[in-house]
Amino acid sequence: MKPINNTYFKIAWFKNSASLALLLTTSVCMPLIGNAAEVSAFSDVQNIHIRQLAASCAACHGTQGNSVAVIGDDGANAVLAGMAPAEFTEKMLGFKDGSRKATVMHHHAKGLTVDEINQLAVHFSQQKRVVTTALKSQILKADHE
Amino acid sequence: MSNANQFNRRDFIKFAGAAGALVVSKSGFARATKPPIGRVVVIGGGYAGATVAKYLRLWSLGSIEVVVVEPNSQFVSCPLSNLVLGGSKSINDLTFGYDALKSNHGIKWVQDTVTAIDASAKKVTMLRGELSYDRLVVAPGVDFNYDSLPMLVSVEAQQQIPHAWKAGWQTVSLRKQLEAMPDGGVFVMNVPKAPYRCPPGPYERACQVASYFKAHKPKSKVIVLDANSEIISKKGLFTKVFNETYAGIVDYRPDNAITNVDVATKTVSTDFDKIKADVLNVIPPQRAGKIAQIANLTEKDYPWCDINFLTYESKLVPNVHVLGDSVAAGLPKSAHMATNQAKVCANAIVQLFAGQAPDPAPVFANTCYSYVTDKSAMHVANVYRYDEGKKIMVSAEGGGVSISPSEKEGAYAVAWAQNIWADTLT
Repeated sequence: MKPINNTYFKIAWFKNSASLALLLTTSVCMPLIGNAAEVSAFSDVQNIHIRQLAASCAACHGTQGNSVAVIGDDGANAVLAGMAPAEFTEKMLGFKDGSRKATVMHHHAKGLTVDEINQLAVHFSQQKRVVTTALKSQILKADHE
Repeated sequence: MSNANQFNRRDFIKFAGAAGALVVSKSGFARATKPPIGRVVVIGGGYAGATVAKYLRLWSLGSIEVVVVEPNSQFVSCPLSNLVLGGSKSINDLTFGYDALKSNHGIKWVQDTVTAIDASAKKVTMLRGELSYDRLVVAPGVDFNYDSLPMLVSVEAQQQIPHAWKAGWQTVSLRKQLEAMPDGGVFVMNVPKAPYRCPPGPYERACQVASYFKAHKPKSKVIVLDANSEIISKKGLFTKVFNETYAGIVDYRPDNAITNVDVATKTVSTDFDKIKADVLNVIPPQRAGKIAQIANLTEKDYPWCDINFLTYESKLVPNVHVLGDSVAAGLPKSAHMATNQAKVCANAIVQLFAGQAPDPAPVFANTCYSYVTDKSAMHVANVYRYDEGKKIMVSAEGGGVSISPSEKEGAYAVAWAQNIWADTLT
């Protein structure tokens, strides 16, 4: 879809208007966020801590562990989504204690606690494996800075 | 439920013609039956802004309305853009659209420039309209400070002497100048005083231009004028590459800040040198993005934004969060860092809207590759964790750099780019 062109819309302010009053009346009767399960997911501090830490891995391993570019020869930039927790933990602990050869991963594994590694293992094992492809690039337009 | 009013006591965009046209995706329509619990406006569609928009939608299960305001219609990646100067990549390999991001996540999008923020009214003013917000995220990248180099402010001057420090047409222009330069010419570039965007970037750039010269114009030279007293990222590795791979080509000069530029003759002066360049690249000193300055998110004597590292909320202006290169942090201003900050911020904003406390101890990782030839790269990688005493993100033990650059890491760097692009833009 094309970006919204602002010349097509105007902003109107509805403070104290009847529309706002109606909306407020309606919305206080509705659940704040979806259903109860969704709300409890938000408030689970451990859950949100691990989902953000796991999301940090996306730069090399893709959104929720679905890497778009696994390096064939040595399996670097591996898909983590759906990986068995035992495999994840074994590899990461190996990177952490130096028993497993690494190019980059030892620098990450050594900075994580064993507890974090175990929780990441569970998190990534629960992510759905989806087939992904690299994003297609475009021709740079003349109006870009 | 006591917070419901505050979430809905906001203003509305009304479209002439098509109300609801802002709701762009299937999932967006599905969610639109429930009123959103609040609106977040995001200023900037770079790595930080695009990422915070996506993860706010994902982690709020579509219940937070997200509007991004970005002046450009395309995303051009700064990571890998030095390869355009080396000649192994085209700018068209690094340019992407926002369509997938918008439609996959129901993110509303306004192509415009923000000119003012009214924090008390929770309103942003753009060139062509206004938007109200419950929380605002400011992710404008860096602004160049030309106070010490006023001769380089104009468009005309930058056509002669590009900074090429925001990937785009200036990158293309600098590459063309290098291609047109005769063999035996001198390329002069600088490193501004830290902090600036992408700490290893200028040294990678020197390597890329040297790599091109070595293959195609072997009598040419690269002179690097560093305002800092030493190479400030991957020092040992870059020093070795300069001295060995590019011996006789790269001439690195520390403590050599540019004090004057004669645009017409491409002559630069420092306290020690006066050098006439055939191709000149001046990367100006930097500060937080323009809108961050206008909105008083920076202090007068320090041009970066102080934030709370649990939420990225400004310490100066409530309900306004700052992400990416504008943040005052003793951390590298990198794309991976920007996306990490965006994810911590998205997590925190979802918690705040739900009336819950944010994660008290965020942890994230940073991996940064630099190419030293067209194929070989090297990395620095670290985990960072929140320090409760210092109230900042600190480097965890065990981080470090490559033993040496390699083609293997060159392949990893491509995989990094493809993954971070897909994570940020789909």
